[in-house]
Amino acid sequence: MTKAPKQLLANWSAVLAVVLFWTESAFAHVQKGEAAGFVSGLKHPVSGLDHVLAMVAVGLWGAQLGSPAVWVLPVAFPMVMAFGGMLGLMGVPLPGIEYGIAASAIALGLAVMFEARPPLAIAAVIVGIFAIFHGHAHGTELPPGQSGLLYSMGFVIATGCLHGVGISIGTVHRWEWGQKFLRLAGAIVAMGGVFFMWKAFSA
Amino acid sequence: MRPTRHKSRLPLYAAVFFVGVMSPLAAHAHLNSTGMGPIYDGLMHFLMSPEDLVPVLALALLCGLRGTTYGRRALFVLPGAWLLGGLAGLAASTSNGSAIVSAAWFLAMGGLLALDAKLSLRVITAIAALLGLYHGYLNGAGLGLNFSSAAALLGLIFAVFVLIALAAAFVVQLQAGWARIAVRVAGSWIFASGLLLLGWAVRSSQGRAV
Repeated sequence: MTKAPKQLLANWSAVLAVVLFWTESAFAHVQKGEAAGFVSGLKHPVSGLDHVLAMVAVGLWGAQLGSPAVWVLPVAFPMVMAFGGMLGLMGVPLPGIEYGIAASAIALGLAVMFEARPPLAIAAVIVGIFAIFHGHAHGTELPPGQSGLLYSMGFVIATGCLHGVGISIGTVHRWEWGQKFLRLAGAIVAMGGVFFMWKAFSA
Repeated sequence: MRPTRHKSRLPLYAAVFFVGVMSPLAAHAHLNSTGMGPIYDGLMHFLMSPEDLVPVLALALLCGLRGTTYGRRALFVLPGAWLLGGLAGLAASTSNGSAIVSAAWFLAMGGLLALDAKLSLRVITAIAALLGLYHGYLNGAGLGLNFSSAAALLGLIFAVFVLIALAAAFVVQLQAGWARIAVRVAGSWIFASGLLLLGWAVRSSQGRAV
């Protein structure tokens, strides 16, 4: 291992340690209102592994594809996902949501695993279609009694940050071992998708 | 004969200066003793109200992307319009802020920022004026007509001025391509928040649980 990857690994380990040992506020006396709305929104996208896998995979794929996909895909996903969320909030039905979410993890995982390189427009459409399922699921699940605006902002920021995590991990693509690592990560995401698909069918 | 040596008075002056500087004064920790309370109230109201803050931030970032001329124009037009709208609102008896209109501002400003829209200076001026008049009116109407409300309005406008100055100036000096893209990504997030807010607003108007 050369010095740069070692340094990178050390940096990432430090970041991981900070995240893992970060002490959260107790929120023992949360007033029903705005702060709770923002924090709830921030937590919602990371509360389900199926969502987390797909969102991180979008970042990974963008990092593999390079510019401009590296920022187009993570911009397209939250916007279309919010559109799906809006439909969910409005009560517009969308069939097969759980299958769509599981399929997104499979498809995006495979795209990362095989380092698929479709034209940018097609990649954006694929990401956008799956984003609608994720957004709709979130929209229908939104808890009552929260501040809508702050919740929405927290929700979108968390989603964007998950893409950012994927992009950051994807920076290892410049090294040969990093490319293999990303393909392995894609395979894990795809396997997770298969698991969620099995769960959706057995439910 | 030895010349007489005058003692230096410097230590004495230094001691007096030290006592003067270190003399404890009243802290005025409570703003009612300074009369600044309503001004800080207004300032904090703006900073704690995302429906006011975020569209202004988006406008500032957009002006920053477009250049210094746009930033300077918004810097004076927006607070000026906010003041006019606020004064009109102070005299009004009711305010009817609509979540759908707030969502529309998020969508419009976030969308323009995400697209890095090449708007003319005239259009930016019109948008800044409209944004200031609308939000200023709502703020003024919410405050009601009394002396402290006028002071709160001044604090609020001061906050608008500082935010737009800092945000636009920060973006104007960004040279790296990725940094300008990051600003546009922020616009897409504002747009996405607007979409969700619209969904919330429709859900509320349908009478479903929110």
